[in-house]
Amino acid sequence: MPTGHESVAAAAIRPDESGYDDDIVKMFFAATVTWAAVGMLVGLWIALELAWWPANLGLPYTTFGRLRPLHTNAVIFAFGGNICFTGIYYSMQRLLRTRMWSDAISRFHFWGWQAIIVAAAITLPLGMTESKEYAELIWPIDLAIVVVWVAFAVNFFGTIAVRKVAHLYVAIWFYMSFVITIPVLHIVNSLAIPATLFRSYPVYAGLTDALVQWWYGHNAVGFFLTTPFLGLMYYFLPRAAERPVYSYRLSIVHFWALVFLYIWAGPHHLLYSALPEWAQTLGMVFSIMLIAPSWGGMLNGLLTLRGAWDRVRTDPVLKFMVVAVSFYGMSTFEGPMMSIRAVNSLSHFTNWTIGHVHSGALGWVGMVSFGILYWLFPRVWKRPLAYPSWATTHFWLATIGIVLYTVSMWAAGLTEGLEWRALDTAGQLKYPNFVDIVHQLNPFYWLRVVGGGMYLIGVIMMAWNFIRSASAKAVSAEAPAAA
Amino acid sequence: MAGTERDPFHRRVLEKSGAIFAVATTVAIMIGGLVEIIPMFTAKFGPEHLAGVKPYTPLEVAGRDIYIREGCYLCHSQMVRPTRAEYLRYGEWTRAGEYAYDHPFLLGSRRIGPDLQRVGGKYPDAWHFEHMANPRATSPGSIMPPYQWLHSQRIDPADVQASVRALQRAGVPYTDADIAGTPAQLAAQGQEIVGRLAAAGIKTEPDREIVALIAYLQRLGKDGRAAIAAGATAPKPEAPPKVQAAR
Repeated sequence: MPTGHESVAAAAIRPDESGYDDDIVKMFFAATVTWAAVGMLVGLWIALELAWWPANLGLPYTTFGRLRPLHTNAVIFAFGGNICFTGIYYSMQRLLRTRMWSDAISRFHFWGWQAIIVAAAITLPLGMTESKEYAELIWPIDLAIVVVWVAFAVNFFGTIAVRKVAHLYVAIWFYMSFVITIPVLHIVNSLAIPATLFRSYPVYAGLTDALVQWWYGHNAVGFFLTTPFLGLMYYFLPRAAERPVYSYRLSIVHFWALVFLYIWAGPHHLLYSALPEWAQTLGMVFSIMLIAPSWGGMLNGLLTLRGAWDRVRTDPVLKFMVVAVSFYGMSTFEGPMMSIRAVNSLSHFTNWTIGHVHSGALGWVGMVSFGILYWLFPRVWKRPLAYPSWATTHFWLATIGIVLYTVSMWAAGLTEGLEWRALDTAGQLKYPNFVDIVHQLNPFYWLRVVGGGMYLIGVIMMAWNFIRSASAKAVSAEAPAAA
Repeated sequence: MAGTERDPFHRRVLEKSGAIFAVATTVAIMIGGLVEIIPMFTAKFGPEHLAGVKPYTPLEVAGRDIYIREGCYLCHSQMVRPTRAEYLRYGEWTRAGEYAYDHPFLLGSRRIGPDLQRVGGKYPDAWHFEHMANPRATSPGSIMPPYQWLHSQRIDPADVQASVRALQRAGVPYTDADIAGTPAQLAAQGQEIVGRLAAAGIKTEPDREIVALIAYLQRLGKDGRAAIAAGATAPKPEAPPKVQAAR
């Protein structure tokens, strides 16, 4: 009986895959699901703190100021990082038709990365921070990141060197830009003079420090949350849709345009600051140009589904992926618009930015990750899902949750942005008391709590589904039963 | 993948060599960063200077470290934009030179609370003391959490000295005498603030974290405001605010 969950519940395991290291994939898979739940739970908590301040609990360790970096680091580097590694270790071995170059380095990479995350989860609530957004971790952890990343890069390029295919598929290009760019950004932005074991000061001052930070910060979005995920899209979307990638030429053009243009866009985070005018203008212009390669990726993804659209109705994996790619297109249109000076003068410093980030993070990164996880589970665990229909429930909870999240933040952002600048007929501030404006945002903050809560419930359902499925008896090591 | 005959170079050279592809990618991602970052270190293209901006005192450094530790910058910006509304709400727009000794920068990216660039001197010390203990006592309706531990925790002079020394290495023009005199300077400036608080009927000690934080907050934007008032202004902003309204 067709239940609509064929691709989730049943997977054809190809017999020639026995030489691949799928244990490392399972390890990163489990870490991904764990950190997704933890990172989003902290996100929900800090959302609650803005709606209802007593949720700060009166403790130093649980204030918004200490937990927000924990949330951002957990979702970007713990959830985002682990899903990238899950997908890369799975797809790379198949695309290059070889086992990873070194199983030992794979494990060092896994345990090193998890140790860094745990260190972050301990130090950030203790107030140990370098204060640069998404680069808050103190200098000893920064050094550990470099060591672990170099190990990963050695394994990555070692595997490419011993590959059994002639050509590198487009997914590998995107992975490579991730492997190369992240350490460049991380090292340059983290250069600092230590004062104590837990505290250091950046070598850059003032606006130079700000420019370096947003060069890093924007490209953390570009090369941690975009290029590796596009690589994953290029592998998992065609596999799930059972269709070849729409356009090879488009993938070449948009890859090179994306990696070249992205790097320039950082200064759009500093519009209307005292950063030299030429740098602000470069940031704005390159941000607008970024629409083209971003939409190149979106179109290549969506058009790969040509001829498979009927399956989107029934297959939760494709549902997640289609919505993910659509959100990618939407947020990469919204971002350039917000980089236009006139728009930025309204949106900057407001919740609109938070809404924008989350349409990318929840909509693109989260949804494509869930699609990959549901597709991978039966293939690496060789068991069907315990509750196949829950995947569809998860999809709807997540989609409605994102809509509530972004709409509430758009409304909150426009409200505060307009009221901060509103003048009365005498040319004076219409809302001179800042707190009055803060109050008007309260219903939107609650709505965000509801949207984020729905999204988190979906993730917990997914985690429970995987736990139940993995602890069930293996149907067969060779081929799981079809649903 | 179809269409291989259309892009022979990409297919023939780049896709066949991990090394060549890696080099090409590295070149592609380096250009933008180099073009934007290197000129920032030159006098002609870098941030403009502002005469009269001085490094933070040791107590202000300690206060700034607390500001960073508590993540204050996640809700409060330090960047007044050159528009009329911001001029009316916060004061003079921020000049580049005002950040000259800011390691790290603390411009912020969100205004969950108001901008703090010009908060120095806006309220008495006692206001900040009360505000950190109970934000709603001074700002009815505020959603800021209380920071009552700042009133009991103490700063360690040796720790602050290590910070001042590291900042000197990072390029802030502290002399060796400044570093040696850190404990004495901490005590002296702390005592001044304790004296002002005592006049308002508040009892505390000069080495409490709240005292250091007050020192930092009261310093914010002051050098810049004085320099601007003295006419040492940087070039005009993009949209100059009309300055007829009294604050």
